[in-house]
Amino acid sequence: MHLPISDKIELNILHQNSHQAEKNKIKFNNYNLLCLNIMSSPGAGKTRLLEITLEDLSKKFYSAVLEGDMTTNLDAARLEKLNIPVVPITTGRACHLDANMVSGGLKLLEKKINPDSLDILLVENVGNLVCPAEFEIGEHFKVALLSITEGEDKPLKYPIMFREADLILITKVDLLPHLNFDINELKSNIASTNPKADVIEISSITKSGFDLWQDWISKKILKFKNI
Amino acid sequence: MTKCLILSMEEWAKKKNKKKIVIEKINLKIGEFTCVEPISLINTFNAAVLGSWLDSSQITIETIPFEGKCSKCNRLYFPKKENGYKSPCCNFNLEEIISGRELKIASIDFQEK
Repeated sequence: MHLPISDKIELNILHQNSHQAEKNKIKFNNYNLLCLNIMSSPGAGKTRLLEITLEDLSKKFYSAVLEGDMTTNLDAARLEKLNIPVVPITTGRACHLDANMVSGGLKLLEKKINPDSLDILLVENVGNLVCPAEFEIGEHFKVALLSITEGEDKPLKYPIMFREADLILITKVDLLPHLNFDINELKSNIASTNPKADVIEISSITKSGFDLWQDWISKKILKFKNI
Repeated sequence: MTKCLILSMEEWAKKKNKKKIVIEKINLKIGEFTCVEPISLINTFNAAVLGSWLDSSQITIETIPFEGKCSKCNRLYFPKKENGYKSPCCNFNLEEIISGRELKIASIDFQEK
């Protein structure tokens, strides 16, 4: 045997995903459509957040959802009741959405409606604090949810997710009086991991914080559309 | 991640004419501040490529340290979870990451048939 040839390629392992994500983003931009990637662990309240958010948001902005789930269409069925376009993406055994899956979801959405008519596309990722953080889908902003029942230390334990997020929603804050939970410690852990992230406390029960969240989205849409 | 690695290798091999090469080593650079556990990547890769054209290949991983820069005094430091990733010099939050986010195929060692 000869000495091996060494090909120094310095290639990002995720470059194919990044390339597809870039293509998705160009498509979103051509449609003048703002895309948010909504991520969290399972049960942090992503689907409930979208249900409440879309009740109001869809009155002001034309909205659609790509709903990522591993094995069922249960969440998609909940959101379809709001009479907005929803495309379920069942990932099978994959624990995250990738850019190809979102591209496929967008093609199905294009068969339902003309995305030119939309203002915002909300992509609910699979419940997981690890892999979704590494896989870009072409989104303009990443929103991470963290429910207070998960513990103050999660930004330190899953730093990539919280480092990558543009906005962190602290959910289920109505439970604060019932738990031994230090919200200031959580906020400090968020700040030390990602000092640039916006942070909003929110409750799907009392609806506290929803005005701030809706305002955050509205501003992003208006700025994106240059209105 | 393993699937992405295999797809990247397929893409590379297509350009090289896969039938005429034998991969010996795939040399990766993996940052400490990524969602990849090196030993898990090696194990899943070895399992996934069994019986395939990549079966003979071996993965090597160079771990790239997680390094940040203190935004107050510009000193480089190694952020630690125990310290909330803050700079030990000024106790500042982690603003700038210098290294540790790498997920790269650095080089591929192969033989031509």
